[in-house]
Amino acid sequence: MFTRAHAHYVEPVSTVIKTDGLTKRFPRVTALDQLTVEVEPGVVGLVGANGAGKSTLIKILLGLSPASSGTGRVLGLDIATQGSAIREQVGYMPEHDCLPPDVSATEFVVHMARMAGLPAAAARERTADTLRHVGLYEERYRPMGGYSTGMKQRVKLAQALVHDPKLVLLDEPTNGLDPVGRDDMLALIRRVYSDFGISVLVTTHLLGELERTCDHLVVIDGGKLLRSSSTASFTGATATLAVEVTDHPEDHGLDASAAVRTRLVAAGLSVETEGPRILLVRLAGDETYDAIRDAVAGLGLGLVRLEQRRHRVAELFTANADGAESSASTDSTRTTENEGSTADVAAS
Amino acid sequence: MSLPPEFRPADTGVIHDIGYRGYTGPRLGRGYAARSLFTQSLRAAYGLGRSGKSKVLPMLVLGVATVPALIIVAVAVVTGVDKLPVDYAQYLSAIGLVVSIFLASQAPVLFSRDLRHHTVPLYFSRPITRTDYVRAKFGAMACAQLLLMLAPLLVLYIGSLLVGLKFGDQTAHFFYGLTAAVLYALVPTSVAVVIAATTPRRGFGVAAIMGYLAVTTAVVGVVVGLATTTVGFDEPLPTYPQWAVLLSPGGLVESLTNELFDLGTGPERMHAPGGLGLLVFTLVAVAMVAGSYRLLLRRYRSI
Repeated sequence: MFTRAHAHYVEPVSTVIKTDGLTKRFPRVTALDQLTVEVEPGVVGLVGANGAGKSTLIKILLGLSPASSGTGRVLGLDIATQGSAIREQVGYMPEHDCLPPDVSATEFVVHMARMAGLPAAAARERTADTLRHVGLYEERYRPMGGYSTGMKQRVKLAQALVHDPKLVLLDEPTNGLDPVGRDDMLALIRRVYSDFGISVLVTTHLLGELERTCDHLVVIDGGKLLRSSSTASFTGATATLAVEVTDHPEDHGLDASAAVRTRLVAAGLSVETEGPRILLVRLAGDETYDAIRDAVAGLGLGLVRLEQRRHRVAELFTANADGAESSASTDSTRTTENEGSTADVAAS
Repeated sequence: MSLPPEFRPADTGVIHDIGYRGYTGPRLGRGYAARSLFTQSLRAAYGLGRSGKSKVLPMLVLGVATVPALIIVAVAVVTGVDKLPVDYAQYLSAIGLVVSIFLASQAPVLFSRDLRHHTVPLYFSRPITRTDYVRAKFGAMACAQLLLMLAPLLVLYIGSLLVGLKFGDQTAHFFYGLTAAVLYALVPTSVAVVIAATTPRRGFGVAAIMGYLAVTTAVVGVVVGLATTTVGFDEPLPTYPQWAVLLSPGGLVESLTNELFDLGTGPERMHAPGGLGLLVFTLVAVAMVAGSYRLLLRRYRSI
């Protein structure tokens, strides 16, 4: 594994993706606006709301759609003139379903390997290897129509990896997965870089996922670069914990949530409410967990929920716009925001 | 999850995780990928590499197209004729309906399915270009059609030689038949694949292509038929109704080859009227193929 990873990095490609003033105009909208960004080897998250220009950027990087102006290089190859060579070295996992239901995973991935230029024998061997690495075993001989969403996502990832690319572009790889499936997929993505030595550019609108997976985040909005920096510097300020407590076993008149809230605020934490029961506590450090534990235990209540909240990008944007803190926001505005982002997700 | 047998060492019971292995072998590039797509699509047209159910129709059609030729040859062998009862090109127009059914049912298999399951963007993320994709798919459909017609032609040709018919004569007519087969495989196919590429729904594609081929053939039949019945017995048949044949891609090919090689007899004979007709019919055939190809390229440019 080490030699493998090493082999990747002794090559002169220190920058995986580099764009300079990349602009894409459609007759009615500007999808990308003077985007200048540099991406180094690693797992990089491309964050943006729907319509922010993520898919357009991927299309341009694959050399499938010419940029209106500006230049770009992928793995040191020019996107305007060397599209075919780029696509030979890059894997792409689309957001939408792309699997014919009446074909088995093995047949499909073998075919896609040959489409990437691998000779027939190598294509079969690589397919067996890759499907095993993404965690598909006996079921790979069955038609894909009967697969679960999780299995389909694995096949989609396998076809992007089968030709051993130097870079994979993953478009919303966790879409439609349940929490367990999502965690598995994120772990797999992490492994693609750490074990396979393949750089990853992954798009999503769920920021929480990227916190755990990516080394670096690139945020675009309306085709413009908002921010490009390491993950730690990004998410440190916005982590929140969701807390839900039981009612008091004897004192039924007590509003448990409000009591906990009062204690937490007294402990110097910033707390918001979400609905009647859930408190959102800004995570200031490990001592925040202790403070919550003490507050809940001190009131003699039970803890139903204590989880790290997955942020939506939209929240990150609002947080950026509003400034550091928005604890003044009332329940009603909170609810509207949530509805807004739910609609976003549904629309995608 | 248990491992498949090849990763389950029988003797030790220890699973050796060999880790990730890179690929350092050859990458054969765009041309190879396009050829792979062509081969895969050609096989798919006959249901090969697909489910057993999808093999039924193409194989049935292949049988229906070839068995009459076998019977003709068998009869010729037994009775010892000096001439096959049907000419090669004539045989092709006789099985025209069967060939149309094959075209209508399989063109959507090659085109609509990729659209329906959104596999097209996946292909475009590989080294091949959009033009490569269109060429591979169009080529595969045309070759599938050609193979379907080549089978009975070969049966007739080999049979006629076995019976001991004149070699030169038979070879020339086999060549005419071959030319007709190539034209049948290009002209109606080009229109059909454009129709197939417009819809992600296979059913719509099948119905639209079959409808188009059937309606145009019927219109041509009616126009030509009406014109021939309105003239008296002794009068020479007018040629102007023959221009209606331009509407139907199948009829167009039949008329063109009939006139080109001076085949067919009788009042029913479809033919391109005269030298001008030959020129116009040829141009229309070329325009149909070239125009369809351009339309296909345009269709896939925005995907």
